[in-house]
Amino acid sequence: MIISFLIKGLDRRTAICMLVLLLICAAVPLSNAYLPVGHPFRIPTDEMLQFGKYGSYALLAVSLDLVWGYCGILSLGHGAFFALGGYAMGMYLMRQIGARGVYANPILPDFMVFLNWKALPVTWYGFNWFGYAMVMVLLVPGLLAFVFGWFAFRSRVTGVYLSIITQAMTYALLLAFFRNDMGFGGNNGLTDFKDILGYNIQADSTRRGLFVATMLMLCLGLWVASGIVNSKLGKVLIAIRDAESRTRFIGYRVAEYKTVIFTISACMAGVAGALYVPQVLIINPSEFSPGNSIEAVIWVAVGGRGTLIGAIVGAVAVNWGKTWFTGQFPEFWLFALGALFVAGPLLLPKGIVGSISDMLAKKKSSQMYASLPATSEAVEDGASPTVE
Amino acid sequence: MGGEPNSDMYMSNEETVSPRRHWNETVMLQSLKTPTRLAALLIGALVLFLAMALPSVAQSIDDAIAKLTTDGYSDTAAAINALATSGSPRALPIVQALNDGKLQFSASDKKVFIVTATGLVEAVTGAPVATPPADISDVRANNRIRGLVNAALGALSLANPDPQKRIASADAVFKSRDEGALAALDTAIANETNSTVAIAFKAAKAAIILFKADAPVNDRVAAAQAIQLRGTQDAVALLRSLPADTPKPVLEAANASAKAIEYNLALWSMAQNAWYGLSLGSVLLLAAIGLAITFGVMGIINMAHGEMVMIGAYVTFVVQEIIRTRFPGLFDWSLTIALPLAFMTSGLVGIAIERTIIRWLYGRPLDTLLATWGISLALQQTVRSIFGANNREVGSPSWMSGSFQVGQLSITWGRMWIIVFALIVFAGLIAILRRTPLGLQMRAVTQNRSMASAMGIPTAWIDALTFGLGCGIAGIAGVALSQIDNVSPNLGQGYIIDSFMVVVFGGVGNLWGTLVGAMTLGIVNKFLEPVAGAVLGKIFVLVAIILFIQKRPRGLFALKGRAVES
Repeated sequence: MIISFLIKGLDRRTAICMLVLLLICAAVPLSNAYLPVGHPFRIPTDEMLQFGKYGSYALLAVSLDLVWGYCGILSLGHGAFFALGGYAMGMYLMRQIGARGVYANPILPDFMVFLNWKALPVTWYGFNWFGYAMVMVLLVPGLLAFVFGWFAFRSRVTGVYLSIITQAMTYALLLAFFRNDMGFGGNNGLTDFKDILGYNIQADSTRRGLFVATMLMLCLGLWVASGIVNSKLGKVLIAIRDAESRTRFIGYRVAEYKTVIFTISACMAGVAGALYVPQVLIINPSEFSPGNSIEAVIWVAVGGRGTLIGAIVGAVAVNWGKTWFTGQFPEFWLFALGALFVAGPLLLPKGIVGSISDMLAKKKSSQMYASLPATSEAVEDGASPTVE
Repeated sequence: MGGEPNSDMYMSNEETVSPRRHWNETVMLQSLKTPTRLAALLIGALVLFLAMALPSVAQSIDDAIAKLTTDGYSDTAAAINALATSGSPRALPIVQALNDGKLQFSASDKKVFIVTATGLVEAVTGAPVATPPADISDVRANNRIRGLVNAALGALSLANPDPQKRIASADAVFKSRDEGALAALDTAIANETNSTVAIAFKAAKAAIILFKADAPVNDRVAAAQAIQLRGTQDAVALLRSLPADTPKPVLEAANASAKAIEYNLALWSMAQNAWYGLSLGSVLLLAAIGLAITFGVMGIINMAHGEMVMIGAYVTFVVQEIIRTRFPGLFDWSLTIALPLAFMTSGLVGIAIERTIIRWLYGRPLDTLLATWGISLALQQTVRSIFGANNREVGSPSWMSGSFQVGQLSITWGRMWIIVFALIVFAGLIAILRRTPLGLQMRAVTQNRSMASAMGIPTAWIDALTFGLGCGIAGIAGVALSQIDNVSPNLGQGYIIDSFMVVVFGGVGNLWGTLVGAMTLGIVNKFLEPVAGAVLGKIFVLVAIILFIQKRPRGLFALKGRAVES
């Protein structure tokens, strides 16, 4: 069943995209490892790291597209799931430091010694095992999303209201993680990582490994998301997006569908966060700030919501633009980002990928004098896009 | 974009000092600082007085003055005592000068002089002395003299014409419990007409008697009860510090008294919390009320709302800068001048945004959310480019600084005016919506756009005006918030989530809901703060709102009927 589900997920577009991702996944580390320094095709380590970071952002964007593009749930709190996954990974990396910290305490991380704590808090138990940490990466965001979604969707909090309370959720977490007594490093967060799975986290080879892992997880995420979208579940989700009340009246339990997809999406965001932290080597409460979550939404909007691939394109394009802008004209980045937020919905309501596929479809239809080929998106079926 | 939690952003520092401490400090500061200034003042003022002073009084201090010129400690001591009981208005400056080491004498002239900033003056007459006598030297003091001088100062200032000073000296006696002051206190109580001062005197007398081991037990019990009148924390401390060998009835009375005071204090601290809550609530109301129009009435998710507040605050800054450089005399009017300008500026910016961007996005609330967020980023960066990223200094006019006392409550004028102002803005907005043609058209357009259009209402224009009104109100809020918050490009970001919470909690589309929502959140926040700490309290409130929305997705005062579904 799972296999058929995954095979269904491999529609042509997804397959091409995954192929490209796998190519990048192989080519970039190879060029970094085997081409001599200074070779025009060699990708320097810091650039690879940069793109690895974009890869984790892309996974976050895919997870967001899954709920927003296909189910109409605009979450302004996905950054919280991302950060929680990141914190779970960060806690594992913290425990790996062991006695190499400034205070050389084999059990307690530096900040706890600094705060004069005597014993490890219960929340930190087990994080010295990689497997446990990885379970937590999925479990913590998933559980939060499940509980939050269960309450919110059951009482039919929809649209803007949901957006606002998800924003309040991430804001509350931001405030909470700033507190030292939470035991997650307070203001400074977790940093100074040394090892991951026994490999030096700063070594080039480890970084290549992390890049590969990120790309593979992104592929997997895209595959799973595409599988969901192309399955029966996906059809119901689109029905909910376009006409929630009707779907309910037909007899589907809308709240349960929404909770499930919200939880899956949160788990994906958590994985993205866990991939992000070992590449940037720090996780702190500012990852919870509402602005970050909204920025993730704009990646999806720019790339094209409800296309999955668009989310990846948008995340990479916007972040690459951000890096370029902040390097060249630091004071203009916010103008550019602001313009993107404004221009996106106004001029490119379907995003880059959505507009391109629209254009292609139009060309095809004018050539063949036939209507659109049946695709999964209601947007292209001629129904008015009432994403809300 | 790293947000930082700004836990005490609603509270200026002056208010975090507990009211009692604040009160005591001012009193103590006055008693420490002002006598010197007072002495200088009195010297001038009392010259006049002295011209009419009775010769008998003058005579009674003449002996004392003579004793000061003998350069003997025992004579000086006698002189101080004589001065303290003389009742002469000149006594205080003389003793004060001795205290400050500024009293000089000339043995040959049998005269005493005070060194002032402007030169030497004759101590008795206060007349300036052009050429100092040849044998002039300081009146010397040892520890005994200094003790006497202190007691004499206490007694003398009990008769000070300024009630604040009298209270200060009563407090000094309350603390020192110097039995020597008892007689002076008795006369002071007999002569006192001001009831507040009389209470301070009685409390001071009670404190002395309570600790006087040889006083009759009944008197001490009565004294313990009388101290209740004072009702401050230091009275509790005093009552609790009785030695263990004190007679039992006295101890019991003191305990009962202390308990009564503590109960009273707890009530006052509740009142204080409620006041802080109202104050925070009014800030939230100001920040949210514009949003109640744009989001609540029009349904536009205006994420740039906070930036409209910020623009208002920067308008205040610019107005104050211009006033400072060109018309310094108008400074007290700066806020009044800034109000209409802030309304206009924010309102026009709002109309511009509505006409160019938002009107293309009606019916797409989530797109509006993103677009307005983008606008907010651009506005922040614009302000940062023009004014810099640092905080800008916005001053308070004189009528907004300082504080006053209601019982144990310390109320700062700034907070007071902001509450009043928030309520005025609220009432004004209600009046606009209910009583003006514009308000009527606004309501018509939001309730049924096509019908309103059919009736000839220019709906597009009304949309722009409504949005401009909401933004203008946010600008007005910025003027008020510039008084209590840092004026920086990030000012608005701190309010945006709170504002949405208030509007959603109160019920969208209902201004009264916004009022109730803001006040409830403010008060709950401030009552949680002492228990849970500022940050945790805020988290609790956020979680509570999230849960509340699950229960009542449309807020406290939900609109009913078909309009809800659209």
